[in-house]
Amino acid sequence: MSQLFSKKNREVLTSPVGMNNPVTVQVLGICSALAVTAKLEPAIVMGLSVMVITAFSNVIISLIRHSIPNRIRIIVQLVVVAALVTIVSEILKAYAYDVSVQLSVYIGLIITNCILMGRLEAFAMSNAPWPSFLDGIGNGLGYAIILIVVGFFRELLGSGAILGHTVIPQAFYDAGYLNNGLMLMPPMALIMLACIIWWQRSRHKELQDK
Amino acid sequence: MATKKFRCKVCGYVHEGDKAPSVCPVCKAPASEFEEVMPVQAEGDVQFVPVKKKLDTNSNTYTLIYAAVMVIVVAFLLAFVNSVLRDRQNENIKMDTKKQILAALHVDKVADVNAEFARYVKADRLMNADGTLGETVDDSQFATSYEKEVKDNGRLHVFVCEVDGQTKYVIPVYGTGLWGAIWGYVALNADKNSVYGVYFSHASETPGLGAEIASKPFFEKFPDKKVLDAAGSSVALGVMKNGKVEDPSSQVDGISGGTITSNGVDQMLKKCLSAYMKFLTSKE
Repeated sequence: MSQLFSKKNREVLTSPVGMNNPVTVQVLGICSALAVTAKLEPAIVMGLSVMVITAFSNVIISLIRHSIPNRIRIIVQLVVVAALVTIVSEILKAYAYDVSVQLSVYIGLIITNCILMGRLEAFAMSNAPWPSFLDGIGNGLGYAIILIVVGFFRELLGSGAILGHTVIPQAFYDAGYLNNGLMLMPPMALIMLACIIWWQRSRHKELQDK
Repeated sequence: MATKKFRCKVCGYVHEGDKAPSVCPVCKAPASEFEEVMPVQAEGDVQFVPVKKKLDTNSNTYTLIYAAVMVIVVAFLLAFVNSVLRDRQNENIKMDTKKQILAALHVDKVADVNAEFARYVKADRLMNADGTLGETVDDSQFATSYEKEVKDNGRLHVFVCEVDGQTKYVIPVYGTGLWGAIWGYVALNADKNSVYGVYFSHASETPGLGAEIASKPFFEKFPDKKVLDAAGSSVALGVMKNGKVEDPSSQVDGISGGTITSNGVDQMLKKCLSAYMKFLTSKE
């Protein structure tokens, strides 16, 4: 057990959540971060789905990494990811229909998420299954956290609600407070994301470009 | 270039060179009896062990076979998953459609969809060309795509419902929004003119903007609006740009920021309800 969670493996799991975050540091998966964060709930489900699919596609690619012909490795990775996403989407449709209706196109969008391809190519192709699994979970988590933070603020400021429940008291609206409609537009997600990156880099000098 | 070593399997003679000799100089065995070996230092002694032939993962043949096998395996896997889950999925879609029809009748938070549906919806009937209601569709034939029903089969469904002893009619509508399909159900009172309730949904409209057509506040704008114009000759029920409503008896405010989706709802209502004109104006 101690070997399964050796220092190196813990590093693999935790570094993508903070100092090597796929969204804020590697700047991957931005497109989907913009699309699904207008509300908190799809952001959470999207984050979880990406985490599960990254972890399992990492494991599968890592298991077959020695047999993959070098020239078509990207295609093999894509096929594995696409197959997994399709299976997850089919299972959701059969057993959690409401969630699948809510996610609609987002679940298919996971196939095009650059984080997956990035992790498969950079990590799973050259590491054993278990560290690859941890790497997938870690990166999925790092992605999910950013999505949830952005989704939280966008829903709060854009619709005055959290998870669909109105939290800004009516008295505020009576006093002239207005929901910020710009928050619901995709550009605002970019600005929110930039603020997070700014905050993270101002705290960690080593992340700053010279 | 380092020379390779080949050993004769018959007599053990080791030959050095780029390839095996055509015959063994010691025992005259043919080249096929030679195998490639590599020297291994073992306990001070040099021993020869056969070189393991590594599969060349870069060859064209390997790549092609790999791709073909992978595609076939994945295809079978997906086909299998789909065939195992299809019945459940269809059942879910059916239940979801029924839920949406009930939502148009203000029946929310349904626990047992089929039971509630049977309670409120008395018959799923088809409209005849003269506007009367004809054939009753059995529950096993329950349709989930009304666009297909109209376009492929020319069947115009009308759900005859009963809420608190009063007859209501539910008419399915479908159209296009900004990004994809939108659809809904319009429940009419027994006079076939005033709206009792509506339900809209969408495939991929913008969250927070166009997607708001599928929200309660938007549905609540519809009840008591009139479907037909004053002359009773065309469908007046529609959605106008926010603040541009001219006829409050049959027009509702659109979603600000979701103009194209709102227009889609407007066109959907006008187009689909027009097809039912004969039914709406008949005094049956």
